[in-house]
Amino acid sequence: MTRLLTASAATLIASLTAANAQTEIQWWHAMGGELGTKLEEIVKGFNDSQDEYKVVPSYKGTYPETMTAAIAAFRAKEQPAIVQVFEVGTGTMMAAQGAIVPVYQLMEEQGVEFDPAAFLPAVVGYYTDTDGNMLSMPFNSSTPILYYNKDVFEKAGLDPETPPKTWGEVEEFSNKIMESGAAECGFTTGWVSWIQTENLSAFHNQPIGTEQNGFGGTAARLTLNGDVQVKHWANLKKWADEGLFKYGGPVGGDDAPPMFYSQECAMIMNSSASLAGVIANAKDFELGFGMLPYYDDVEGAPQNSIIGGATLWVLTGRPDEEYAGTAKFFEYLASPEVQADWHQFSGYLPITQAAYDLGKEQGYYDENPGSEVGLQQITLNEPTENSKGLRFGNYVQIRGIIDEEFEQMLSGSKDAQGALDSVVERGNALLEEFEKQNQ
Amino acid sequence: MKRTIFNGQLLPWLLLAPQLAVTLVFFIWPAFQAIRQSFLREDAFGINSQFVGLANFRALLDSAQYLNSLKVTAVFAVSVTVLSMGVALILAVAVDRMLKSQRPYTTLLVWPYAVAPAVAGILWYFIFNPTVGILPYMLDIIGYDWNHNTDKSDAMILVVIASAWKQISYNFLFFVAGLQAIPASLREAAAIDGAGPVRRFFDITFPLLSPTTFFLLVVNIVYAMFETFAVIDSTTEGGPAQATNIMVYKVYFDGFIGQNMGSSAAQSVVLMLIVISLTVIQFRYVEKRVEY
Repeated sequence: MTRLLTASAATLIASLTAANAQTEIQWWHAMGGELGTKLEEIVKGFNDSQDEYKVVPSYKGTYPETMTAAIAAFRAKEQPAIVQVFEVGTGTMMAAQGAIVPVYQLMEEQGVEFDPAAFLPAVVGYYTDTDGNMLSMPFNSSTPILYYNKDVFEKAGLDPETPPKTWGEVEEFSNKIMESGAAECGFTTGWVSWIQTENLSAFHNQPIGTEQNGFGGTAARLTLNGDVQVKHWANLKKWADEGLFKYGGPVGGDDAPPMFYSQECAMIMNSSASLAGVIANAKDFELGFGMLPYYDDVEGAPQNSIIGGATLWVLTGRPDEEYAGTAKFFEYLASPEVQADWHQFSGYLPITQAAYDLGKEQGYYDENPGSEVGLQQITLNEPTENSKGLRFGNYVQIRGIIDEEFEQMLSGSKDAQGALDSVVERGNALLEEFEKQNQ
Repeated sequence: MKRTIFNGQLLPWLLLAPQLAVTLVFFIWPAFQAIRQSFLREDAFGINSQFVGLANFRALLDSAQYLNSLKVTAVFAVSVTVLSMGVALILAVAVDRMLKSQRPYTTLLVWPYAVAPAVAGILWYFIFNPTVGILPYMLDIIGYDWNHNTDKSDAMILVVIASAWKQISYNFLFFVAGLQAIPASLREAAAIDGAGPVRRFFDITFPLLSPTTFFLLVVNIVYAMFETFAVIDSTTEGGPAQATNIMVYKVYFDGFIGQNMGSSAAQSVVLMLIVISLTVIQFRYVEKRVEY
């Protein structure tokens, strides 16, 4: 009800101000705190650069809240022109063909110059259809990397400048760290679903579902109970029992970062976008960075990691002039200056090669070690069908299932194979439901 | 007795109108929407919509997660009710025996009731946090490895304590009032007859408290089932492995987070039926059987 009220209030204001020449474009987003302030600064840059359009950003809460608000508004026919949706909502958005305007189509219709080749393939690949058309505008993308504690490495007799490259080394280093008493645990991780399952699969060039990881349509089903995934989960269970690995909780793993900051665990795998937070909290020790580990006996590893974060989707049913403004705004957002600024401020990845090059030119990566690791990792190889990303419906719930089954395995009520088999079985039931909903 | 009789139908309806309007708009209409939605299969945006009859309900009964949620809700509601009423009764009996310090104790014990459920949840979440919490630290000393992120019963204990804690105050107030309504002469007579304090409590005080107890029983079950959403959301979010996923939380998660409207609506309809039957039980049986 409040959403309905705010939505109608927003349209009321919009209709009142329609009298003056400027076209207002509503943008609902989920960036709170400092990121939200930066976002407003970027929008102001656009609004000041011309007087025809005015983008109005509004903060709608968390990612799920923002998406729910936009969907509820769409049902009430009060939707914003632009909404920021997180990557797991991509399947839902893409299947809603009457509700979205694909970005490539928007740019074409509005006659705004737009070269898909200018974007980093690993970033836009996640958001293109099977023909390579871009559906939504990447805004904030990140990828998981490895952070480690150089002081603990030194105490354990390890080379503080060499992070582990393979999972074998992670095990070996963790054992040394624990035996020497340098730290209580070897490593922890945020996002078991995103990092230890989806990214693990991409990095080893393994599929997690049929139909090109769901890019091919809603008939896709999960297949993430393959050998590599089962082996890795079984290892995580073994390492958890031995104390090498500590679990930080479901979803983002909120308890993982404190274990790393308090020097209880020597390494953590987490989003590259948490770089600023990690630097702010790792005051008592030297911080090191590395790529995600891989199994060296798997052919094709390391491939490239996949991204997370959010993109901007354009919704249907708004007046034409708003779409003209939206196209102009996206052109501005993709410019190297805006991209480099946003990337360097937030730790999110730049979406274009030009913004990456600009950062190199400015010497940003030399001054800020760690900020380039994620970029190197996603551009390691040309993305394959298995490492382009994933797109499944009902995926928020499927992520929940991954967490639950992982917890079942940790508590000992299932082995790795059994847990991943249930993920596939339960996830596929949701995918079937999604396919029926969208027929 | 003199009765005023109004002529015509208009005035009573006019007087009732505001309340009826509120009920219709905020209760009946949403309930009707939920029932309608529970028979539909729809995508998130409502573009495709088809009538599927009872398929959503059948899917619920076939779902191991939903049956688990029913079980979890039962365990949770009973534990919260027993814990909060038990502790409240002990405190009330203790306070009832105080002469001078009764008021300050009562005031202090009522404080937690003013704490919002979300805040209560966060509070206990910090106390029990496996990494930074004080309780896991102390439990570790006696050799217990507390971790509500992985251990299902630890998680259940956490949400039960967090939910029961603030409800104790409410129950306490009612028990104190109930105890004060029991004539002291009855207990004194029993004492003269040689009954000890325990015997007096079970033979006289407890039976005479039964109206209060039964009232609180229904209130607490309803509280545990429907008003503890914020506690769950701010602590375990239904985990680990659905161990604390009570029915209300599942409705929210499947509907608002998962955008699976049909299933979520069917679950709300089931909840609606539970509320209706609890209300019927309260009015038909509890209120009649209990001696006032």
